[in-house]
Amino acid sequence: MDINWQFIISTLPLYQKAAWITIKLGFWGTLLSLVIGLVCSIILYFRIKVLKELVEIYVELSRNTPLLIQLFFLYFGLTKLGITMSETTCAIIGLAFLGGSYMSEAFRSGIEAVSKTQIESGLSIGLSQMQLIRYVILPQAFAVTMPSLAANCIFLFKETSIVGAIAIAELMHVTQDVIGMYYQTFESLFMLVAAYLIIILPLSFLLTWLERKVRYAEFGN
Amino acid sequence: MQNLGINVLFEGTTLQRLFEGLMMTAGIAFISIIIGSFLGIGMGLLRTSKSRIVQFICRLYLEVFRIIPILVWLFIVYFGVTNALDIHLDGEVVAVIVFSLWGAAEMGDIVRGALESLPKHQVESGKAIGLSFWGLYRYVLIPQAVRRMLPGAINLSTRMVKTTSLVVMIGVIDVVKVGQQIIERSIIKVPTASFWVYGLIFILYFIICYPLSKLSKKLEAKWEN
Repeated sequence: MDINWQFIISTLPLYQKAAWITIKLGFWGTLLSLVIGLVCSIILYFRIKVLKELVEIYVELSRNTPLLIQLFFLYFGLTKLGITMSETTCAIIGLAFLGGSYMSEAFRSGIEAVSKTQIESGLSIGLSQMQLIRYVILPQAFAVTMPSLAANCIFLFKETSIVGAIAIAELMHVTQDVIGMYYQTFESLFMLVAAYLIIILPLSFLLTWLERKVRYAEFGN
Repeated sequence: MQNLGINVLFEGTTLQRLFEGLMMTAGIAFISIIIGSFLGIGMGLLRTSKSRIVQFICRLYLEVFRIIPILVWLFIVYFGVTNALDIHLDGEVVAVIVFSLWGAAEMGDIVRGALESLPKHQVESGKAIGLSFWGLYRYVLIPQAVRRMLPGAINLSTRMVKTTSLVVMIGVIDVVKVGQQIIERSIIKVPTASFWVYGLIFILYFIICYPLSKLSKKLEAKWEN
């Protein structure tokens, strides 16, 4: 099997651009997921009426359906009802819709892991509910839940491979195009795998490092 | 006017065709889960091996599936492997191969976790009463481990069912592809077809996955103590 290096070099800019799109989608998807997850888990913690039920329905719907169908529904289905958005917006919303429920579950289990005595002590020194969450619960929950947050983050970056299906020129989509146009199958797939390794491996190391950093709150457990 | 769009689902053989597509999806998922579970049990036993090299290879195998997205694996086998070996593989076969290998990796990790979580004295008592290696696994370790790994295994099945939606990208006529065909056929008559068809597929996936994930949560809660 001869590898056509000339071809690899010539498509390098194409893959570089696609990789940036993948990173951008993954980054915004993860960030929005974290926000959605945090809000949802706080709603669940306070058991706010109606909102709590809505969050529960959202989590079940989002966790039990594939991203591809969610994207198709958003992108092709909702446009027909007059709600139109760009591919990128749609992809980020799709990723956030999917990731939000995973992050919410992660935060929820982290919050549940904070011991009752911590909450009671917080209340007894006169913290308000918001202060309790900000200074007592979240820092501890965050440390406990960091491994699942990291796993979700990697999961979301990998899921960006699916948004190519709605015509976004990310890595998967570009590879499909290149294979279709030039029939350089090995080279294209090689570039694809290399690009994912270049994105995900450093991310995974960074997250492991972060995990170790936030362990400070584990003490006493 | 828009409310009439839902009729697209009940015209002619639409529902029947979607159901056939769903059966294709479910079939791929089912076969892969079965093969993946068997391979995964072997993988899990291998991962409890004392040999450093065996451990390293198994770990590498798992990480390779964890780092590279499944869609990429589908592409590698569908375009790359077939090209390299100069053979033709149908999308369905490729899907079963990839999902089984992935399932084996993840299942192996679940089995390893379950086996390692068993108290050490179980192994020692088993050995003390003179059980052979296979006897030890057959009568002592596996029955206990099954309990600990079942919730995880069901969760993995849900993930595999969800991931089968990707097979449309390698040319399998699954429920998504059938949906696309129906939408394309009725796009002029019923512009809102895509809303209803994708909405229905969304619900169909939910109907399959929701009971599974509920079951897994229930078992987890039941066997936690």
